[in-house]
Amino acid sequence: MKKVYVNEDWCLACHLCEFYCAAANSGKSLINAFKYSDKKPVPRIRVEEGSEVNFAVQCRHCDAKPCVKGCIAGALSVVDGVVVCDENKCVGCYTCVLSCPYGCVVIDEEGHRIQKCDLCTKNHNGEPACVQGCPNKAIVFEER
Amino acid sequence: MAVNFNNALFEIVRNPDRCIKCRVCERQCANEVHKYDPEQDKMVANELNCVDCQRCVCLCPTNALKIRPNENQFRMNGNWNMQLMDEVYKQAGSGGVLLSAMGNPQNYPVYWDKILLNASQVTNPPIDPLREPMETKTFLGKKSQKITYDKDGKAHYEKTPYLELDLPIMFSAMSFGSISKNAHESLARAATALGTYYNTGEGGLHRDFYKYGKNTIVQVASGRFGVFKGYLDAGAAVEIKMGQGAKPGIGGHLPGMKVNEEISRTRMIPMGADAISPAPHHDIYSIEDLRQLVNSLKEATNGEKPIIVKIAAVHNVAAIASGIARSGADIIAIDGFRGGTGAAPTRIRDNVGIPIELALASVDSRLRDEGIRNDVSIVAAGSMRSAADVVKAIALGADAVYIATAALLAMGCHLCRSCNTGKCNWGIATQRADLVKRLNPNVAYERLVNLVTAWDHEIKEIMGGMGINSIESLRGNRLMLRGIGLTQKELDILGIMHAGE
Amino acid sequence: MNYVIIGNSAAAIGTISGIREIDSTGKITVISDEKYHTYSRPLISYWLEGKVSDKNIYYRPADFYEKNGVETILGKKAVKIEKDKKCVVLEDGISVPYDKLMVATGSKPFVPPMNGLEKTNYHTFMSYDSVKTIRSELREGMKVLIIGAGLIGLKAAEALHAYNAKITVVDMADRILPSILDERAAMKMQKYIESKGVKFILKTSAEEFTEHKAKLKNGEDVDFDMLIVAVGVRPNTELIADAGGKVERGVITDMTQKTSLDDIYSAGDCTVSYDASSDTEKILALLPNAYMQGEVAGRNMAGREFYYVNAIPMNAIGFFGKHIISAGSYDGEEYIAETENTYKKLVFRDNRLVGYILMGDVERAGIYTSMIKERIDLGEVDVEMLKSKPQMMMFGKARREEKLGGIIK
Repeated sequence: MKKVYVNEDWCLACHLCEFYCAAANSGKSLINAFKYSDKKPVPRIRVEEGSEVNFAVQCRHCDAKPCVKGCIAGALSVVDGVVVCDENKCVGCYTCVLSCPYGCVVIDEEGHRIQKCDLCTKNHNGEPACVQGCPNKAIVFEER
Repeated sequence: MAVNFNNALFEIVRNPDRCIKCRVCERQCANEVHKYDPEQDKMVANELNCVDCQRCVCLCPTNALKIRPNENQFRMNGNWNMQLMDEVYKQAGSGGVLLSAMGNPQNYPVYWDKILLNASQVTNPPIDPLREPMETKTFLGKKSQKITYDKDGKAHYEKTPYLELDLPIMFSAMSFGSISKNAHESLARAATALGTYYNTGEGGLHRDFYKYGKNTIVQVASGRFGVFKGYLDAGAAVEIKMGQGAKPGIGGHLPGMKVNEEISRTRMIPMGADAISPAPHHDIYSIEDLRQLVNSLKEATNGEKPIIVKIAAVHNVAAIASGIARSGADIIAIDGFRGGTGAAPTRIRDNVGIPIELALASVDSRLRDEGIRNDVSIVAAGSMRSAADVVKAIALGADAVYIATAALLAMGCHLCRSCNTGKCNWGIATQRADLVKRLNPNVAYERLVNLVTAWDHEIKEIMGGMGINSIESLRGNRLMLRGIGLTQKELDILGIMHAGE
Repeated sequence: MNYVIIGNSAAAIGTISGIREIDSTGKITVISDEKYHTYSRPLISYWLEGKVSDKNIYYRPADFYEKNGVETILGKKAVKIEKDKKCVVLEDGISVPYDKLMVATGSKPFVPPMNGLEKTNYHTFMSYDSVKTIRSELREGMKVLIIGAGLIGLKAAEALHAYNAKITVVDMADRILPSILDERAAMKMQKYIESKGVKFILKTSAEEFTEHKAKLKNGEDVDFDMLIVAVGVRPNTELIADAGGKVERGVITDMTQKTSLDDIYSAGDCTVSYDASSDTEKILALLPNAYMQGEVAGRNMAGREFYYVNAIPMNAIGFFGKHIISAGSYDGEEYIAETENTYKKLVFRDNRLVGYILMGDVERAGIYTSMIKERIDLGEVDVEMLKSKPQMMMFGKARREEKLGGIIK
């Protein structure tokens, strides 16, 4: 299955992936998402910055799927290998935040529910927004 | 705060309707121009530091940025322009020699733009390169003068080492030190993919790049950095650098600050030590001395590798080239005064040397006149900006060209001419680890390959238009060229007729 | 193969999923004394609060049983396991034969003997039915007394707060949420909940109830219109015990979730688990634990060998918008960082992270959880980074590559 991978050799910590991700999933343009929304959308990819290396982390759509198994509301499920969240069902208990070993379940801008990377299956055709937006091809979408 | 005499050269125009305060401009500016001010909740800029490298403009996800010349101008003066005044202020402040980078930006005539190309019409009709074979393969080195046949009909000729290029474009010398390791890797991989050569420059060859040796020209310069037997053996050819178009008569200086562990290892000098290339080779004071070095290098490489001698285009370039042709060198590289550099004294860069167009034409003519043109190949360098420039250079007499500035542009350079600061925001002319990683060789090498492949297509297209299907037939074919707006003297030197003639 | 599952919550659903991973055709029958399609027990407080609709309380989509080829016997209690005949006897006398049996009976509310309790119309807070009853009796602005300041009691308080109830919570313990919080965090949380208008009376219990009044041992009287008893739960172990299976505080299973009885498995809140963080056996009444035990059991029931290991106590819960995530054991060397609105406690032992409490800021807590579960030695991580916030950066490059999927060259 094709997944998003980040090559830390090339990640510049420019954080553009976060902005592209947040805008893509808000369904708005970057400008509208960040200038004309009540609350700035929260990205589902997160850049970690170090003194020498940087990298972005997002849902690994891992085999163990502790988030899906622990979800008390049945909001998280697996569709064609992609872990997706039904935001209408999520009650914001954050058991998935507790369970995800990568720290990739994100609390939304309202602070009431979670959201997570669904490989842009709901909003983009082809490559996820973070991959498209990475200026240094540090983020790739591929089979490994 | 002290009085600042200098004018900020640029002005940053930020469109507040578009800026989303993502701060990518701030994170990506090594000159620390942009800053987020939490008190104002907006991005602010310190324009004095801006070098107009366009990194922020290119990465701004909402196209909110523009950089334009500062509207603030000193009082108009036809003689004292703002730049000259600015330089005076700088020197009055620092007491130092002004340093600049990249090629001569002054408004000298560009002869490429005053030369027009020919095309066939009724007779000798044009060739469609998409339908018919079109050869741009090029061989560099001595051409054998005489072929004899023995009684069995077998041909005998002098076998001399040569370089085989799939297209007549090579990447010019840029040292590891002046450019980053990632830039070097990009050039090496692109040269390999294109079937041509890149050039180590005077900084030695990083151990990771020996594997690209087949497509590498290793340079021996006055500092002899990183030169040892393994280095000479690694390359496909050895280039002796006598001079550089951007700074004829001047050596080089890589500040110790840039000599990190990798560079120290590659150049074989202590970490943090300044790498100074003397102005002359201290063992070369005559053509005879040069001949000695050419021979030594041939000996060191078993006579298997062609030797290139690179010189800057200076006033008596034709005579110098004639001497080099007689020194045993296989290839002469001539670097025009618009060629780039990682750092040069501004006054030298902007005032010394001559244009490659004139130098090339006069060298080619001189060698032909002396009957030694086939003893050497000529590589023209010093600002080949397009496929048209390449075609014109070859028609003027070059066997191939070196490109470097165009290659840097392909990798992202925006000619801000600040390589000497070591803070290249594009990760090219820097050794700062955080900046170097901005150049992903996987991306850059592909862009280099694209560029040169595109130029090759264009060269074939132009050749086809002329009814020529082989680069051999274009070389020195000055009938394909016409000058426009040139004086008779210039036309004479270029050896071409005026348009309409 | 004929699988029978007693129970219809997380452990049962996990079991179905585990079985179906391996055996797509075997017959599966689910028996439950509750009449509902599988619903999420922890959602009942959200339902009561009005945050979860009637439709969304269900744990799996409506076509779940059909899609997974599951037959259901709902609203009927299984009263006996006849292990020799390999069948389950229902309350109406019908026997359901099995080849492999899963007992996922969960737990029931524990109501301790209290003077006069029988005079009150008290409620427990465990099932969809219980909150439906509470909902039907609720009126705006009612006085509600909740006995028990644990997770269930406080979740009930939060839900009832949405009805402007005047809530008093009484607990014998000296602090709220003693099962997941330390003293300091409990105090902070208590203050926060109090600021929302909930009253706590701690270190005391009810001496005596009358219909609408509780007399406390500390002398206070609390009037109430509604009484909720939420002092704890007890595992439903009777079926296994009666069949002769090994039962201590809960059903004892091996690492494959098999009980001491042949072909009988058990999972979820009715079982005893091994807590890897404290190296002890305990009941881990947690939904993720139940699901994963069920899944492991299901795979084993279908003939594939799997072990359930690395279980730890862990909890994610929020009250009035303030969130707590905690995991592991709190026995060890502590690191505490605190701000006005947040609290963080990390517990180290044997050069490992063994437990933590995060309150207020819970982002990326799972990275800590994985440190505990995977028993990662502190020598492998940058401890300062670990302390500052959960981040992948604290791991070395090799471990990071392994976790994040490698590096392309």
